[in-house]
Amino acid sequence: MSDTHRNEVEPIGYVPVPQGYVSHSRLEKVLRSGRFAVTAELNPPDSADPEDVFQAAQPLGEVADAINATDASGANCHMSSIGICALLTRAGYSPVYQISCRDRNRIAIQGDVLGAAALGVSNVLCLTGDGVGVGDQPGAKPVFDFDSLTLLRTIRTMRDQGMFLSGRKITRPPQLFLGAAENPCIPPYDWRPDRLAKKVEAGAEYIQTNYIYDIPLFEKFMARVRDAGLDKKVFIIAGVGPIASARAARWMRSNVPGIHIPDQVIERMEKAEKPADEGKKICIELIQQIRDIAGVSGVHVMAYRREHVVSEIILESGALKGRKRARSS
Amino acid sequence: MYRMRLFAIRHARTFEWIYKCVERGMVAMDPLFAKIGYNRVERPIALVEKGVKTLLFDCKMCGQCVLSSTGMSCPMNCPKQLRNGPCGGVRPGEFCEVKPDMKCVWALAWNGASRMRDGADKIKEVLPPVEHTLKGSSSWLRVSREIAAHERETRDAARLALAEAFPEARENEPSAAPLAAEPLNAINRELKK
Repeated sequence: MSDTHRNEVEPIGYVPVPQGYVSHSRLEKVLRSGRFAVTAELNPPDSADPEDVFQAAQPLGEVADAINATDASGANCHMSSIGICALLTRAGYSPVYQISCRDRNRIAIQGDVLGAAALGVSNVLCLTGDGVGVGDQPGAKPVFDFDSLTLLRTIRTMRDQGMFLSGRKITRPPQLFLGAAENPCIPPYDWRPDRLAKKVEAGAEYIQTNYIYDIPLFEKFMARVRDAGLDKKVFIIAGVGPIASARAARWMRSNVPGIHIPDQVIERMEKAEKPADEGKKICIELIQQIRDIAGVSGVHVMAYRREHVVSEIILESGALKGRKRARSS
Repeated sequence: MYRMRLFAIRHARTFEWIYKCVERGMVAMDPLFAKIGYNRVERPIALVEKGVKTLLFDCKMCGQCVLSSTGMSCPMNCPKQLRNGPCGGVRPGEFCEVKPDMKCVWALAWNGASRMRDGADKIKEVLPPVEHTLKGSSSWLRVSREIAAHERETRDAARLALAEAFPEARENEPSAAPLAAEPLNAINRELKK
């Protein structure tokens, strides 16, 4: 199978999108062509040095179709998502601009969406955002003017109707591939597929899920998603990540919102002689199992402060099997 | 009150019915409200609404009540004030990410909606963001006034269509196809039937 899209550089500046697409996104092309997509999360630096971003992006760019720039995830302050995106597009990478509703109101967000599109961003991911209480500055004011669905619908209106939420016209609408998140492994389990349907209704074209460590639970979720025909309407990219140690897993489980790690996984980490290698192995196995689940279109690797292992994980898992090796730079 | 809120969600179907009755009653009172002046009845009605809904639903008077689309669980009680479903941080046992002692407002909402007649479908609709200029105003009055206006328009449109369909009658015998709006007391009599 030819894999020409991998090395295509997305344009900066206005170029009309080809028919059948909504954006110039490399990720959109990979997904629409039916290939298994790989995305990866970049850990934002606590620095003003662009070199830090390029260093973090380099190992991810080897394997990923798009690189996610997080927006103060866990309510911790880091370099901004839009700043990272601007650097990444300049360097020829395809970033996913994550927008959280926690820190900015509708005026700021709609302006930033235009700004991001002008900087060459082709993918956005609309998120609610973790509560401010879990972050490094719990005294901050939580904004939550939008929720992830009203945000999706707003950006879709900007893109397709060419207007702000106020009805004011946008002369050159942003060309963006719209994404949202879903967390299949946490309560209320029964309503998660309904929530996904609502996100599709609001405008989501792809979904990146939170960490999945519980395959049976995820399979149950996917069965309901397929029953509702949602896998035909939206591309689902499953989130995975290597765990560093049993201690780290326990800490994540109790301190980071929305993370479900089954006890068996933690036990396996405890018994391992080299926990870091075991974490990598578990992640590879998860990717292989996820790849076999019908309706899943790709994986999203979130390796907190361990970017260097991402390409090994992807290559060893065979997720890119049948696809030519990506950018070698 | 948290316990009262849980009670309201358990009895979402009953409250859905009560809400419909209140709505019909307020729509019927439209001529009266119009006579007194809607801006004059706004404050007393908002006060009653606030009292009732604070007791039952922990209402925050956002002015844009969506309870019938949220399983009678008020979304303004969600610390993130989400209007379209739970976030990705819900704790085991369906507890809130931000307030660990409180049940997730949206997990409750979906439970309540599944007990309701129309609520189960309405919860699937995407709701717009909160309009902050409406805070503190009465949503009961806003909704009933809108429904009454719509009903009035429908009646007027029907009358106009009839008059246009029988132009000769309009010419020779205007009372057979009258265009003038009915006086308020005539409409009231009609509604009483």
